[in-house]
Amino acid sequence: MLEKVDILMTGVGGQGVIMASDILTTAALDIGYDVKKTDSLGMAQRGGSVTSHVRIGEKVFSPMIPPGGADFLVSYERLEAVRSLVLLRPDGIAIIDSVAVTPLSVTIEGYHYPSIDEVKESISSITQRVYVLPVMEMATKLGNPRASSVLCLGFLSVFLEIPEQSWLDEIRRHLPSRLHEVNLAAFNTGVEAARERQKEEDN
Amino acid sequence: MKQLLSGNEAIALGAYHAGVQVASAYPGTPSTEILENMASYKDVYAEWSTNEKVAMEVGLGAATAGVRALVSMKHVGLNVAADAFFGASNVGVRGGLVVVCADDPGMHSSQNEQDNRHYARFAKVPMLEPSNSQEAYSLMAYAFRLSEELDSPIMVRTTTRISHAKSVVEVAGERPELGPPPPFIHSPSKYVMVPSNARPRHPLAEQRILRAAERFEEFPLNEVIWGDRKVGIISAGVAYQYAREAFPQASFLKLVTTYPLPHQLVKSFAAEVKTLIVVEELDPFMEEIIKSIGIAVQGKSLFPIIGELNIDIVLQGAMKAGLISRMPKEAVATTPALKPLPPRPPLLCPGCPHRGVGYVLSRLRFGPKGSIPGARVGGRKGKEWHIATSDIGCYTLMVYSPLFAIDSCVCMGASITMAHGLEKAGVAEKTVSVLGDSTFMHTGIPGLVNMVYNRSHSTVIILDNHTTAMTGHQGHPAAGRSARNEEAPKVDIAELARGIGVKDVNVISAFNLKEIEDTIRHCTANNEPSVIVVQGPCSLYERISGTALRVNEERCNGCKLCLDIGCPAITFDGDKAYIVPTMCIGESCSLCVQVCARNAIEKAGD
Repeated sequence: MLEKVDILMTGVGGQGVIMASDILTTAALDIGYDVKKTDSLGMAQRGGSVTSHVRIGEKVFSPMIPPGGADFLVSYERLEAVRSLVLLRPDGIAIIDSVAVTPLSVTIEGYHYPSIDEVKESISSITQRVYVLPVMEMATKLGNPRASSVLCLGFLSVFLEIPEQSWLDEIRRHLPSRLHEVNLAAFNTGVEAARERQKEEDN
Repeated sequence: MKQLLSGNEAIALGAYHAGVQVASAYPGTPSTEILENMASYKDVYAEWSTNEKVAMEVGLGAATAGVRALVSMKHVGLNVAADAFFGASNVGVRGGLVVVCADDPGMHSSQNEQDNRHYARFAKVPMLEPSNSQEAYSLMAYAFRLSEELDSPIMVRTTTRISHAKSVVEVAGERPELGPPPPFIHSPSKYVMVPSNARPRHPLAEQRILRAAERFEEFPLNEVIWGDRKVGIISAGVAYQYAREAFPQASFLKLVTTYPLPHQLVKSFAAEVKTLIVVEELDPFMEEIIKSIGIAVQGKSLFPIIGELNIDIVLQGAMKAGLISRMPKEAVATTPALKPLPPRPPLLCPGCPHRGVGYVLSRLRFGPKGSIPGARVGGRKGKEWHIATSDIGCYTLMVYSPLFAIDSCVCMGASITMAHGLEKAGVAEKTVSVLGDSTFMHTGIPGLVNMVYNRSHSTVIILDNHTTAMTGHQGHPAAGRSARNEEAPKVDIAELARGIGVKDVNVISAFNLKEIEDTIRHCTANNEPSVIVVQGPCSLYERISGTALRVNEERCNGCKLCLDIGCPAITFDGDKAYIVPTMCIGESCSLCVQVCARNAIEKAGD
């Protein structure tokens, strides 16, 4: 049994954040962990910020990750990564899609949308373990931008003790069969990207 | 068998295994999924009722027949259903009646924050609160048995984090075999509440609460966890989970029976610990009852009365009480360097049929836009701004930038009636009210009847998107879809309005700005009540997608008129507009095409 792992997933309504956290949670449940998961639902679905708290361990109490408690931050959009930073623990791991989904407050009210460098800098006060990837772009190359949610799971899976088979089973269980091929490919692409990054770090 | 279930799924499964035969509800976050799950069981009768009061009475009727019934709603739904809830408490039940009420501390998707535990005490109805999905599943069987034994409805109270959080459930039960309902028993002394029959019912309700308190002394889901006896914590619901994680060493009395409280259990726990603390969200409900039985306890002097709790807030309360000297390391929040971050509030989706009405209302100077600093306002300065009252639904999002089109959102149905009250108060401004098709069915109709009867001149705009959109697309009587998403009889809103006596009834398209403008101008100029039914499907519900529109960069001069409709698919790339192709739903909307002064937005391929 592993110790507790807290994973915060975030993005914008419609990006598949909730589906990805469903896959993660059930994959962890399959191999016998206690798990809890809480999503923001309701009004927040309408194009607003979406977060999903996933907690895995021997025994989980609170369904919410405390501030500074998340071991992983998986963000499908770079502004949302910064918004959720207070939840990431020092030296935690951040996996971020560099894609920008510009909110109306930027277009209309003139707020500043952070550049990739600004995002990295803002995270650097908390952790150096930051992976910023063009996830949406990578998924689009595979044939479906929406596969980005599963691609990130592939990347994340390299850091977790959940066997690959559980991941693949849950991806198949949560998605209609016409989307299996592209999402299984996306998962593998995520795994490979993480292994490459790890190799670079080792050298 | 182990399953990962949300609290709402667990409640539905628990009720199913407890033999529920009738389930009724009106959708409302965070309660909606309870009835959605009940509707997935083919051997349960499940309905979306027109409102919560109707749902409560349907449940009471079924319970009167001797079958088990489940009624579910969000916290404000119980305000609507309160009359029937108190009535059910008065007459009691034959078959078990369980009322699930989901509160929303923190107001994730609500117009107010209220602690519905007071309703249990107010209506003299025993209450149970689960602290995770396992308890939500397990307590349903108890709740129904208790309801029948005590001849009383039982309230099950959840909060957003219990209803929506998923956790592991060991599913032990299964669906029992059920026959037809027992023969009806005529018992006017129990069910006909003329004063002579009602007077003997009150003492029964008082006795029932005493009996429930006795029963709760031995309730199997209440739990004492002994740890260090310096600190004893009494808690329930999700607050228990936060407290348990914040104080792994302390002793706990976790209560599922939160009204009436088991006094002896509380007293014996209190006697064993040095400092007694109650951790509960919102009001000091348990705290005040515990104090009233003469036990010294701390609660709201340490923890906020407003909003949700979390582990951090519980730890901060513990610091105040001197129970810990500093915050544990991992709970020290780090602040990101980038500020202020651009907000990303919920908004009307691309292709939303409400956007056109919001845009036209602002253009015709309805709503608060004229008083918003920095808002782009056309037309003459100093001219009056008219009043648009709104209701509860997605269209409430018209309050945000750049539409700023509505002046009020208070409770279901209050759009029509408040506009009428404004007019009768003699305001100089014109009034319109804006509400959805589902809300019109819910409580809008009596308001329209009142307008006609009392000779109003106001205009009611009914945004008919053929579904209850905000809560996740449930059917309603004017949408013609049942709770199982099967075809159902459909109320014709325009015919209904005519039947009520409105002569000026207009049915128009949600995506034709000129038609919307002409109709609102016409209706607000005449001296009679008028109704405008604006028809356009919810783009999210009908999954409308077409080839995205695009900006002709040669024609676009960067004037930003297109930004006035507040479509999230339109951004600016340098000094030209840009339409995000993955978000735009294409020609079926085309509002941006209609507002562009330079014909710069076109179909792909033009």
